[in-house]
This record gives sequence, C-alpha cells and structure tokens, in this order.
Amino acid sequence: MKRRTFLKGTVATSALAVAAGAGLLRSGQALAAEWPTAAFDAGDVAAAGKAAFGSDGAASKDIKIKAPLQAENGAVVPVKVETSLADVKSIAIFVAKNPKPLATKVDFSGDSVGYYSTRVKMGKTSDVVVYVNSGGKILKASAMVKVTVGGCGG
Amino acid sequence: MATKIKARKKGNATEILVLVQHAMETGSRKDKKTKKVIPAHFIQTLNFSINGKSVADVAMGIGVSKNPLVGIRVKNAKSGDKIEVSWKDNKGETGGAKTAVK
Repeated sequence: MKRRTFLKGTVATSALAVAAGAGLLRSGQALAAEWPTAAFDAGDVAAAGKAAFGSDGAASKDIKIKAPLQAENGAVVPVKVETSLADVKSIAIFVAKNPKPLATKVDFSGDSVGYYSTRVKMGKTSDVVVYVNSGGKILKASAMVKVTVGGCGG
Repeated sequence: MATKIKARKKGNATEILVLVQHAMETGSRKDKKTKKVIPAHFIQTLNFSINGKSVADVAMGIGVSKNPLVGIRVKNAKSGDKIEVSWKDNKGETGGAKTAVK
C-alpha cells in the first residue's frame, strides 16, 4: 500500500524508488521521501485526517489518550496514546486549534503494540484528537487540554 | 545534535524511547532582535528498526515540541536484539542512535 503510493510519485521520487529497489538505500531513507505534505499542510483536523487516513473516522472508546488536563507550558505537552484495538497500523495525533493540526503520525510494521508517546506544541486550549488505523478501520478519540501559556511563537 | 535511545522491558512489551536534540523551528517564529522570520527547521521522519527490520515510521510536523521525545512499544523483543533509530529533517540533516535490548 505504502509502496504503491510511493511508486506513483514524481520522476524524482521514482528514481529514488529504483535506487531503493536496487538496495542502494536503506528502507528508512527511502521512506523519508514520502513525508505526507498534504496531511501536514491541512488547516483543520477533518481535512488533515482525510489526507492522512483517507477517511474521517468513527469515535472509539478503545483509544486512551493520556494528556494533562491543564498544560502550564503549551510548548511542551506530553501526549501518550494507548489502545487495545487489534492490528494497529498507524496512530496520528492532531491538535485541533493549531494552525497545522497534524502534529505527528506513526506507521507500524511488525510486532508493535498500540502505543505511541510524544510531546506536542499547543497554541491555545484545544482538543487533542487521535486517529488510529486498526486493521483498515479508522477510529478516533479526543481529549481536551487547557493551555495557560501558548507554545506557538509565544 | 545528539540522539539518545533507551529500551526497557515493560511486561511483555519493550518500550523504546528516543530523545533527539533538535530546534523543531516552525518557520513562523520571529527573531526578537532582528525581527526576521526564523526559517522552518524540523525533523520530518524518524524510523525505528529491530535487527535491521523496520518496525515503525514516524512522520513529524512543526507541531512536535522542541527536542522531540518519542516512545513506541514492541512485542517479542529479545535480549540482545539490536535497536536502531534514524531521523531526517527538512534540511536533509540526519542523525540516529543504536542500542540493544537488555
């Protein structure tokens, strides 16, 4: 799936794909070429979610978001995602009121667990929305985080 | 820019934590003295692999905090398994770190 979209790229990226196919590049470097620009540039969660997952997703109670109720410093807000959903292919974290909501997305291959932790910037009080691809099904959950001092240009 | 990696067992899973020292500039911040916009400079991709096999690909945008701390968990990691992480930013700079499961 990933490889297919990768091969559909421009001439430059297909040259890269050839190099990757020939084993000249390690997988990590080859994949670096497919940073999902459209998803990261989208201005709201729905659009970013659609760009990243191809669907808006359904709400799920099986996604646990661990984030502070109130963040003193919006520049560093720890977010942990844990899910009991089966076959987790990817997890993405969005900050609804940031100018570019998509903060990060992880794609798993192999023996990974539905777990992802990171720290995000938050401009102001906002919902943190998490999308999970569980065996092709797109599910989401959200948690509100209050921010007293913003982290975007503040 | 230093990259630190740590792997520790948590029940059946092994947690891999990575800390990268990186500015993660958004491209919308201004230098207070010169009033010039500081160009965007942030990590875009970060790959985790175990014994040479990729297990997770992280994509990041400007919404990730300065000095990203990223954690994932994997099943079935054995003592001695080699864990490697490598990242690349929007200016083409790269970095990484290696460790082994204890």
